[in-house]
Amino acid sequence: MLHIGPYSFLSRLLLGTGKYTDFETQKKAVDASGSEILTFAVRRMNIYEAGQPNFLEMLDLKKYTLLPNTAGAKTAAEAVRIAKLAKASGLCDMVKVEVIGCAKTLLPDPVETLKATEELLKEGFIVLPYTSDDIVLARRLEELGSHAIMPAASPIGSGQGIINPLYLKFIIEQTQVPVIVDAGIGSPSDAMIAMELGADGVLLNTAVACAKDPVKMALAMKLAVEAGQLGFEAGRIPRKETATASSPIEGLSVK
Amino acid sequence: MKLKINGDEVQVPDALQSVTELLEHLKLNDQMIIAEVNEKIIQNEEQNNKQIKEDDRIELVRFVGGG
Repeated sequence: MLHIGPYSFLSRLLLGTGKYTDFETQKKAVDASGSEILTFAVRRMNIYEAGQPNFLEMLDLKKYTLLPNTAGAKTAAEAVRIAKLAKASGLCDMVKVEVIGCAKTLLPDPVETLKATEELLKEGFIVLPYTSDDIVLARRLEELGSHAIMPAASPIGSGQGIINPLYLKFIIEQTQVPVIVDAGIGSPSDAMIAMELGADGVLLNTAVACAKDPVKMALAMKLAVEAGQLGFEAGRIPRKETATASSPIEGLSVK
Repeated sequence: MKLKINGDEVQVPDALQSVTELLEHLKLNDQMIIAEVNEKIIQNEEQNNKQIKEDDRIELVRFVGGG
């Protein structure tokens, strides 16, 4: 079970809802992923296009815990406002704090992320900050009371996979709250490696939404996260530089 | 009545009194819309009680796909 604040989840795969070509594919991918937590963004309504479809209408919201993000925010104040707007819907009290500090890499602004996290925790939100793979920052976010830490595997949407497993492991080993590897996952093996490192969950979007077959990829990600978690729990063998035969030497029928 | 909605000046009937009535006028009442009036966020259950008046600055936002 994945425990975040007062909530518990069977699935350790968190799925983003952006970039799908159509709502039908999105719904099927969400179903195939087995995800119980869905992320989404908050944006201005086009008031001249009443009746424009919305992905929320396609989903049975009772089945999911909604995790709005503060994407688009460049300051703590903007992130706090977006989070409060989302909460005013009455549909959610969790928030993914996302304060981008670099337009090219979409890496988070650590100072503003820290400020926004602190403010939102005071306001009673369940806060999951998106952060870099910096262990010191992760610890500071945990000290504030964050309910989970979400370090990037690599830049958002890059599909680069886990570029610094060592730093992710530092965060996993040195924090007590759930660590959810967020952003940069490209393939099921990336998700599985994150889980084998000991992550508590994986959040991804582009890898599924932009796959050739998003529904099949959603299932692949589900299975990869489950396999990675099982592998982590089972405990891998140590790496050795020499071979060790798997078949016994005794009783060899050769002259 | 003149309002500023999402940055645009919009003329709406003077008879509209609440955020809920504004959303009905805009035919947005069947959607999950979050409103902010003069930079004050309105809890969804309060939309019916929130009065609107000339020159109010109103933000209407909703959830969209995102990661």
